[in-house]
Amino acid sequence: MSEHNQNNNGGHDEKSGFEHHDELEGHIVSPKIYLLIFSVLLVCTALTVAASYVEMGPFNPIVALAIAVLKATLVILFFMHVKYSPKLTKLAVGAGIFTFLVLIFMTLADYISRAWGRW
Amino acid sequence: MSSATIVSLPDQSTARIPKVNFITKENGILSWLLTGDHKRIAILYLISITFFFAIGGTLAGLIRLELLTPQSDLMATDTYNKVFTMHGIVMIFLFLVPSVPATLGNFLIPIMIGAKDLALPKINLLSWYLYMAGGIMVLYTMITGGVDTGWTFTTPLSTHYVNTNVLSTGLAIFVAGFSSIFTGLNFIVTIHKMRAPGMTWFRLPLFVWSNYAASILMVLGTPVLAIAIVLVALERTIGIGVFDPTKGGDPLLFQHLFWFYSHPAVYIMILPGMGVISEVISTFSRKRVFGYTAVAFSSVAIAVFGFFVWEHHMFIMGVSNYSTLVFSLLTMLVAVPSAIKIFNWAFTLYKGSITFETPMLYAFGFMGLFTIGGLTGVFLGTTGTDIHLTETYFIVAHFHFVMVGGMLMAFLAGIHFWWPKLTGRMYPEKISQLAAVVTFIGFNLTFFPQFILGTLGMPRRYASYPEEFQILNVFSTAGATILGVGYLLPILYLTWSLKYGEIAGDNPWQATGLEWQIQSPPLTENFTETPVVNYEAYDYEWLENKQKQKEVPSVG
Amino acid sequence: MSDSSTLVQTDAHAGHAHPPYQRHHFETMEQQVDATGFAMWLFLLTEIMFFGGMFTAYLIYRNWYYPAFVAASHQLSIFWGTLNTGVLITSSFTMAMGVYFAQMRNKGKLVLCLVLTFILGLAFLGIKTIEYKEKFEKHHVPGAHYSLQSFLNPDSDEAAKAANDKPLPLDMARHTEIYFSLYFAMTGMHALHMIIGICILGFMIVKANRGAYTGGHVSFVEYFGLYWHFVDIIWIFLFPLLYLISRHQ
Repeated sequence: MSEHNQNNNGGHDEKSGFEHHDELEGHIVSPKIYLLIFSVLLVCTALTVAASYVEMGPFNPIVALAIAVLKATLVILFFMHVKYSPKLTKLAVGAGIFTFLVLIFMTLADYISRAWGRW
Repeated sequence: MSSATIVSLPDQSTARIPKVNFITKENGILSWLLTGDHKRIAILYLISITFFFAIGGTLAGLIRLELLTPQSDLMATDTYNKVFTMHGIVMIFLFLVPSVPATLGNFLIPIMIGAKDLALPKINLLSWYLYMAGGIMVLYTMITGGVDTGWTFTTPLSTHYVNTNVLSTGLAIFVAGFSSIFTGLNFIVTIHKMRAPGMTWFRLPLFVWSNYAASILMVLGTPVLAIAIVLVALERTIGIGVFDPTKGGDPLLFQHLFWFYSHPAVYIMILPGMGVISEVISTFSRKRVFGYTAVAFSSVAIAVFGFFVWEHHMFIMGVSNYSTLVFSLLTMLVAVPSAIKIFNWAFTLYKGSITFETPMLYAFGFMGLFTIGGLTGVFLGTTGTDIHLTETYFIVAHFHFVMVGGMLMAFLAGIHFWWPKLTGRMYPEKISQLAAVVTFIGFNLTFFPQFILGTLGMPRRYASYPEEFQILNVFSTAGATILGVGYLLPILYLTWSLKYGEIAGDNPWQATGLEWQIQSPPLTENFTETPVVNYEAYDYEWLENKQKQKEVPSVG
Repeated sequence: MSDSSTLVQTDAHAGHAHPPYQRHHFETMEQQVDATGFAMWLFLLTEIMFFGGMFTAYLIYRNWYYPAFVAASHQLSIFWGTLNTGVLITSSFTMAMGVYFAQMRNKGKLVLCLVLTFILGLAFLGIKTIEYKEKFEKHHVPGAHYSLQSFLNPDSDEAAKAANDKPLPLDMARHTEIYFSLYFAMTGMHALHMIIGICILGFMIVKANRGAYTGGHVSFVEYFGLYWHFVDIIWIFLFPLLYLISRHQ
């Protein structure tokens, strides 16, 4: 008989009567997790809208971005299965985000320091 | 005096090109235009980039002809602007960026790692069609009046002040950029996922490492150029104001986005060439590359650091002084990995058994000329000296030293080195050595005077100049003529060799590497059995043992 | 993964011991899935960098022209924006469930999820059309017909009045055009990606109905899912940056 991958989630194979191999069809994430993440995303959306009506001074954009980053992280880890993906995928995602941040921050470094005047 | 050579060809009276190979496998134009075979796609690329190189070269000839005299007398200054712009666009986007990766990389990478093809053959073919589409659009632009903003499309000139074909050129480069992205993407996936059993990362030929590093740059950098072009197009058509000072936009933002790609682009151009040099120097000194790990990691380091230095193209443009400090420092750092490579190649040569076949001549040329070009880059990276030297011929000389003296020589080294593998035939050695020397002399005569011109203050992109600069310009044009001969010769004799060259056999250079263990030209599927690799890269002892085993005569 | 040291005979078409959708240059199906999945991720990296340029532009100009950005942002409808965000997040959920059902080889539920995703995608575009139409009518589209009225004279404008906006000085009012340029460029590019996604979804629904993805070969659905979630993530950032700059005057 063919080998079972250690990552196999227990129970599904026997129930459906076919063999599932993670390396061929991807890790199966349970619908419960999807539902949970979905709910959290909706709550975060409501939260970020509410937060925009509260005066927090310089923290408004920070809170908004933090919530957005949290939502994006949840989508990446769970909907896009990165949590269950091989290390290479995680490395690739990290590299992309890193390059994106380099573009933004190093460009902004010029703009922000222009106001400091000439020495 | 007989010159030593490592060339070992089969007996020409009995040798034949193998009947079944990737060229003879299928016939008909469609079998080439719809192929998935990475080797056929590489040949398609080789033909197309040679065509565009000829166009770019002609434009260069026109530039040098105009600059023979101080007045703008050969053509109107507006026309001159178009000529140097198209020269830059064609040479950079249609020749240098795809040169080694799309031709030699496409052909060799799957073979070097022991695979049957790249991971995504259809995407590979798409990549070539996108390149052709971009190229044809550039030709259309040229025919319908050209563009005169310089290849750098600086705003607000390109968005508000010229009536030329900025949009169609932008679109052409956008399309060609995707060609580059798909090639890089294909290489990264292939190198990660399709190595043969035993082919660990540190057994890979350094050519693969260099192309891998360049591919990372292609994938992460090119999209930023794409968005910069989109924004210029929107600015030109709708007037969205993103680069328009009257609406509060900042023209410098374009430059940030443009150079965020275009600086890594220069590393995209040079890294594969450095990979070629590693292979050539090792083979023609019969020695492992000194410090393999350092050279491998320095390729990746160049790629990573290459993303941090783009503002050094903008020092005089109005960026903040504090940011120039930071970027200048980072520019000094990025020079280090390149220097590491030069040192390692030099130490590879030390106590090696050096022979002077054509690829090695080009490699020597590369080492000297790239070093000069690279060092002058450091002069430009220090803000103080850059203020004097930027936008002069010093910059022109600098980038031609690294791109032509460096990259183009590496490309020619690679073409000559792997020509027997691609075609099964050797090129004629004597004339090719002559061409290499002619190229070297022509190159130095063309571009060295330009360093002096730049220091003396001659601005770049000007059709007319003060009288006192004429003599150096005349030298430069004379050199360009010689250089032209040096480039014409390979096109002629390489074509000649297709029919009349000596049969090369599997391994005319006695080189290591999986590509030399298979027939020339290779089979469509590259290998008859999946190779199993249990030896290090550049293992000349392993090669010797293998050959000795073959020589043990079997009785009968 | 390439650790197997067995030699594989590769004479073409002998025995054909591999599944029909395995390409010949791959040694095993696992290698193919692995490689194509990685390729899809690399493509998404290029998309990150593509949108990155516009995010950079946005951050710079928001920093420079904050009052203009605030006033201009008030012209967007929080209601439609939040609803659209909810629609897109739900479509991500249905897409993820679609992948699940493909893995569970449940054709009926897979098609249902894909159809739901399709409909939600269309709903998003529909709401976007409503928003764009309103912008067009109020002359807030950058270009020759751009109007500064809403910002010079907030009382003349419903949305500005509701947000208690003060009139902007003339030069700052002019900079609202940059906000809208970025608004249209970013949401437009996002919408373009949605349109492409919806077209591919249509194609997928037809194929899914024929059972193409429920026979153990789910790659296409999974990779499209990655693309769809990525487009969702872009919107997750666009929403607060464009709609929620400051609603607390």
